Amino acid sequence: MDKDKLERITGQYEQWQEEAGKAKERKTTFKTVSSRPIKALYTPLDTEELDYEKDLGFPGIYPYTRGVQTNMYRGRIWTMRQFSGFGDAYDSNMRYRYLLDQGQTGLSVAFDMPTIMGYDSDNERSLGEVGRCGVAIDSLEDMEILFDQIPVDQVTTSMTINGPASILWCMYLANAEKQGISLDQVGGTIQNDILKEYIAQKSWIFPPEPSMRLITDIFAFSADHVPRWNTISISGYHIREAGSTAAQELAFTLADGFAYVEAGINAGLDVDRFAPRLSFFFNAHIDFFEEICKYRAARRIWARRMKEKYGAKDERSLKMRFHTQTAGCSLTAQEPENNIVRTTIEALSAVMGGTQSLHTNSMDEVLALPTEKAVKIALRTQQIIAYESGAANTIDPLAGSYFVEQLTDQLEAEAEEYFRRIDDHGGVLKAIDQGFFQQEIADAAYEYQLAVDRDEQVVVGVNRYNTGEKAQIELLKIDPEVEMKQVGRLKQLREKRDNDAVNRSLKALKDTAKGPDNLIPKILDAVKVYATEGEIVVALKEVFGEYKEKPLF
Amino acid sequence: MTAKKVRVLVAKPGLDGHDRGAKVVARGLRDAGFEVIYTGLHQTPEQVAEAALQEDVDVVGLSILSGAHMTLVPKIKDLLKSNGMGDVLLVVGGIIPEDDAEELVKSGSADQVFNPGEPLDNITEYISGKFYK
Amino acid sequence: MQQLVAELLDGNRRAAARLISLVENDDPQKRELLKDIYPHTGKAYVIGITGAPGSGKSSLVDWLLKLIRKDGLTVGVIAVDPTSPFSGGAILGDRIRMQDHALDQDIFIRSMGTRGSLGGLSRATREAIQVLDAFGKDIILIETVGVGQSEVDIVKTADSTLVVLTPAGGDSVQTIKAGIMEIADIFAINKADLPGAERTTTEINLMLDMKNSEPWRPPVIQTVSVSNEGIEELWQALQKHREHMENSGRLLEIRRERVKRELTEQVEYLVKTKIWDEVKENLEFDDLVENIVHRRQDPYSTSADLLAQINFYDRGPGEGD
Repeated sequence: MDKDKLERITGQYEQWQEEAGKAKERKTTFKTVSSRPIKALYTPLDTEELDYEKDLGFPGIYPYTRGVQTNMYRGRIWTMRQFSGFGDAYDSNMRYRYLLDQGQTGLSVAFDMPTIMGYDSDNERSLGEVGRCGVAIDSLEDMEILFDQIPVDQVTTSMTINGPASILWCMYLANAEKQGISLDQVGGTIQNDILKEYIAQKSWIFPPEPSMRLITDIFAFSADHVPRWNTISISGYHIREAGSTAAQELAFTLADGFAYVEAGINAGLDVDRFAPRLSFFFNAHIDFFEEICKYRAARRIWARRMKEKYGAKDERSLKMRFHTQTAGCSLTAQEPENNIVRTTIEALSAVMGGTQSLHTNSMDEVLALPTEKAVKIALRTQQIIAYESGAANTIDPLAGSYFVEQLTDQLEAEAEEYFRRIDDHGGVLKAIDQGFFQQEIADAAYEYQLAVDRDEQVVVGVNRYNTGEKAQIELLKIDPEVEMKQVGRLKQLREKRDNDAVNRSLKALKDTAKGPDNLIPKILDAVKVYATEGEIVVALKEVFGEYKEKPLF
Repeated sequence: MTAKKVRVLVAKPGLDGHDRGAKVVARGLRDAGFEVIYTGLHQTPEQVAEAALQEDVDVVGLSILSGAHMTLVPKIKDLLKSNGMGDVLLVVGGIIPEDDAEELVKSGSADQVFNPGEPLDNITEYISGKFYK
Repeated sequence: MQQLVAELLDGNRRAAARLISLVENDDPQKRELLKDIYPHTGKAYVIGITGAPGSGKSSLVDWLLKLIRKDGLTVGVIAVDPTSPFSGGAILGDRIRMQDHALDQDIFIRSMGTRGSLGGLSRATREAIQVLDAFGKDIILIETVGVGQSEVDIVKTADSTLVVLTPAGGDSVQTIKAGIMEIADIFAINKADLPGAERTTTEINLMLDMKNSEPWRPPVIQTVSVSNEGIEELWQALQKHREHMENSGRLLEIRRERVKRELTEQVEYLVKTKIWDEVKENLEFDDLVENIVHRRQDPYSTSADLLAQINFYDRGPGEGD
């Protein structure tokens, strides 16, 4: 902008500010859901430093601020991937086939808590939890049932599993082989992001170091044998759900991403050999613009650091691809139908932000697992955005907005500041050990709750317009029989399989765990002879030990 | 230090790791003057009951988001009873469907169930009301 | 109440827990109870553990518990965390690290807040130790956050004191409080995998060498509590210190000192209680306060008058009229 024009606009801005200052505003400060103050007006003065070529560029071209594909949704609509799973493998298999029939384009498996924590269904710690908040998978046999009549070479599957990701992944691969599909035809994603477990989600099993080794073993095995697989989905979703701000979600997730890159490099892998298979997973919270800016900033930071700091050359290593899920923590138990509206706004922000795949929450998820009807509305929400709203007609439609560009820059700067603080702690693992992330998140969560309690943050139907009416919606009930049935089938499996082969495979696994070799082939051997997830985890715990929680509030 | 402090055990039984609610409530209780003993995650019912006993608490607060509440809450209540702590106030928070909440209260397993979105003040005032009349 | 003590001696965990609450709350019946408990105390060995927040004390305690139990000994733990000065509330989170032991019937863990007054905490801790001692615990571990005088006081009730430090990073150990240096019988440099561990160890050793006056020279042991390194050595050092304390007669000496302090405190307590009971019963205390506020009287002669009126205090020559 030339100097005269700049001066003119500055003058006009000040004049406007004076006028606007005379009128009374509703509140003293206007803030995002992350407590970020927002100005009344953004003008060219806010984006004066913006360099179009350097900071934005074009879709599919470095630094990818505007999107990772050249034609984005004009080429292909994002993948509508509804996370689901409940009961036993039979129940979930039916739900998956229903979703595929309804036009869903990818699967996303939710496991129950015992599976996530590495316990078999018959472990005493699993009592009351089997099939409750996801599907119970104990062995390859369950995996075979789960994907019965689902062609795993045509459908990609995302599996939300972290601590025991290697085991569930091996079961998936073993099932594919049994279906006669070669591993290079199999595509999908495992979440496999252990760092955010220590930071936010707290479903850990092993201590950080052996966990990181399992992850780099997966990177290496996948690069050689399962090239279409996304080996990790570096997740900010749970960081946000645990109460972080948008800036923290952005910064901590990317910091985790860079930590995995460094782990891969330190394990002797070439960065371009594994980085193209790294993917991300973000939250879509209710503050529409801040979320859009978060995604745009994320792509730019990732591309810049990967190129400049880690020397990645393959452009696939520079492109941040991500999945998005609307914010579970924004849903309310009060008047649950309102959640449909919240989810719509959140989903639209993810689309405006250029997501590659999307899960929209069902209105009843704050009360229980979703019913078929609620899931259908959630999926329809995405379809309406995709095909009716016009949002998919043009790429990165909010680019150039003074507000959006300024906020994108601001989020990037805040993330850089967090990276510096993490470095001061000695890196991500040390910062976890010192409780840095955990404390930042706990503080933000508490502040948010206080803001709601003080009515500074309005939640419709909760602290404003609360009619006190009870929810009138139908909820999905999990039959308590599921647990008994699952435990019964597991017992049968333990009787009918070749237990000598199981013991041999577990022994070999432990021996390998003590040395430096890749563990994946041994885990694959164990699952193929129907060793259970719990047995494999116990074997590895003997070598690796267990992680213990940090006392932070 | 002569005033009797109300001691609250905040526990996360079961396998889910979502401790945002438990921690926010723990801080809220602390800031309302309660002495909170936090057990940490992934506790078995036996561990919860034993901690309640050793810490001689007046209130046990359970946070459960995994759907296992109908198994875990009655079990913890029974263990408390067999430890001679049946009169301890037992409150539950988390993802608890209305029907289940009613059943937990009706059967005497829980004294009160709080859902997501419950203001902190409601929780602290509920507990205060039971001890400082 | 007698029943409660009988149950305690019988090994009832609920009775132990309730008795600790009674002493912690300074219950009026407390003295009677402690009187009954006293003959059964004196057997436990008390280890104080102190260090800054985040130094990993709870993890060390967790590992020590494993070793102590392996030796067949029973343990009581008193974990002290600070009370918020603003609300009077507290979050006591030390159990998190020790919950694996929750179901071991030979381990009893109790969390305590520092609550209000300075003297109150060390008294409550001392009395809780007596409860756990009579309860039959062989070893009692007192874990405190080493930041204030009250924590240092608590440690004075211990037979051996372990001070946990972490590598100072950029800071020199010179910044460590002198008080903490004085009370340590053993130093643990925890998180010794962090940079600066060697330097911190050396600096502490140098400072100890300069002192070099005691018969016991505190060892400095590097530990990594996340991976269980140096813990065996630490436990051995604690046992060695105990042997030293017992063989040198030092244990008896410090316990004698402690009894002396306790007896003094008890006498003072009784005197104080008796006086106040009488004062409050017989005099219009509030009226006197009003008079002093309005400068009709002064607190110095009034206090002497007050005690004279309950025949406690003879005013000497030169005092009053």
